[in-house]
Amino acid sequence: MEKEQFIEKITARFGDKILKAEIIKRNRILVDVDTNAILDIANYLHNDIHFRFIIASALHTKEGFEILYHFSDDKSGNIANIHVVLPHENPEIESLTQCFVAADWIEREMHELFGITFLNHTNPGKLLSEGNWAEGVYPYRKDFTK
Amino acid sequence: MNEKKVIPIGPYHPLQEEPELFKLYCEGEIVKDVKWETGYNHRGIEKLSESKSFDQSFFLVERICGICSTSHPFAFANAMEEIADVEVPDRAKYIRSIIGELERIHSHLLWVGLAGHFLGYDTVFMWAWKYREPVLDLFEMISGNRNSYAMFKIGGVRRDIENAKIAKIRGVLDLVKKKTDLLTGAIMDDPVIHARTKGVGILSKQDIMDYCAVGPTARASGVDIDVRRDDPHAAYPLVDWKVITAQGGDVFAKAEVRLLEMYESIKIIDQCLKGLEKEKEGKIEVVVKNIPAGIGTGHYEAPRGEVFHFVKTIGTNSPARHKIRAPSYVNIATFKKSCVGQTISDAAISLAAVDPCYCCTERMAAVYDYGSGERMMNGIELVEKSKRRTEEIRRNY
Repeated sequence: MEKEQFIEKITARFGDKILKAEIIKRNRILVDVDTNAILDIANYLHNDIHFRFIIASALHTKEGFEILYHFSDDKSGNIANIHVVLPHENPEIESLTQCFVAADWIEREMHELFGITFLNHTNPGKLLSEGNWAEGVYPYRKDFTK
Repeated sequence: MNEKKVIPIGPYHPLQEEPELFKLYCEGEIVKDVKWETGYNHRGIEKLSESKSFDQSFFLVERICGICSTSHPFAFANAMEEIADVEVPDRAKYIRSIIGELERIHSHLLWVGLAGHFLGYDTVFMWAWKYREPVLDLFEMISGNRNSYAMFKIGGVRRDIENAKIAKIRGVLDLVKKKTDLLTGAIMDDPVIHARTKGVGILSKQDIMDYCAVGPTARASGVDIDVRRDDPHAAYPLVDWKVITAQGGDVFAKAEVRLLEMYESIKIIDQCLKGLEKEKEGKIEVVVKNIPAGIGTGHYEAPRGEVFHFVKTIGTNSPARHKIRAPSYVNIATFKKSCVGQTISDAAISLAAVDPCYCCTERMAAVYDYGSGERMMNGIELVEKSKRRTEEIRRNY
């Protein structure tokens, strides 16, 4: 699917849930979305237009916690980065494991490293830090020092 | 986690292959469930990268994995060059692809050897590893290192492949091609290997879609994806090659994909060498002075599948965020599909079929009784059981 076509389609489908959609590089797309719509959008990308979920990247920034869900359209080589911003206090978002199992590990990892809560995760539990780290310590946050 | 306490040699044991624990819950001979524990060796590389300059990060990400040590710098370079909007010179493109493909050859040979070992074919193991050596010698000749070649930088490569070395590379490729013929013949025509690998550890196309698996694991199930073709970079759009796929989704199909991919790699390298001969020596980089603020997503098809790097920069000389996803991260999760319902003796090869990264991660497999949860055998015993199964089949032929 062409980049412009993708932006048109996703904007038409989700309307004001898409806050901004732009082509950032040759074949890279950045789409800012409403946090509440993430499940529907992921469902559409995975099940309707068959984009492959690559991984999600969490970031700790001045704005709060940001997550970029990276989806690949393997037929065109385009990568769609779906971007959400969560608040500093109680960052939480619906879990994509309700759409596809591939989000299982990375969401558990983001929870342990950044302290983001994924609601309705189908397989909650520690991935990396079982018995190793103290509760409530999130080493990938910017304010983490030791 | 009571089970962890039962294991006599833990995931940290130096003789074990991976500090990652897989538990096979069995009912009699049949595997009923698989569980795993990871994080024994979490090195915090993503966080560490935030404290390094971009140049230093190349050496850091190269050390994520020893076997596919050039795949991470490759993907990282793609991400950084996307941010900096840099086009590398053709000579650097050829060199990048040559290094990447040589790595694929030695990595696939390593897998063929290990798969042979798990099945009780130690001759295959010794042959495959023997003919992997000349490829490593090539790396030594080109970069000075048999591993962790430090070839990549933003804007190009660190070392040239002088035209005088091309004949030697061609010589090794000829040898590897002959020996790949030998291995392919030995594996594809052996009825015992067919009996041990066909219909074993099957992953359907739907499983691949659900788990978003990548690389030979996906291609063996008929999912035609390959980053080198889908998102062209380096010299891949400049040469003629094809993506290998198979339909079975079983261990045999995965072996087939890897073996045939080695021929494609040889083909790619040969054409890249011709490209080098036409190019002027020494033009291997463009100078990149500043990295602007922005985000970059770079990926590369490592021997095990897509390596993905996400980088966010804010105008300083180090990444503000660097996310890395290795292919085994998504491929290992497919064990839940490939192992369950198999016999224990097929478990070792089913687990090995996705080629989980042995070099940077070590593995410990333990078998538990489904009812009592009691520990029954460890990884070494599991391989022994797999070998006995092959021996039984072989005797019946």
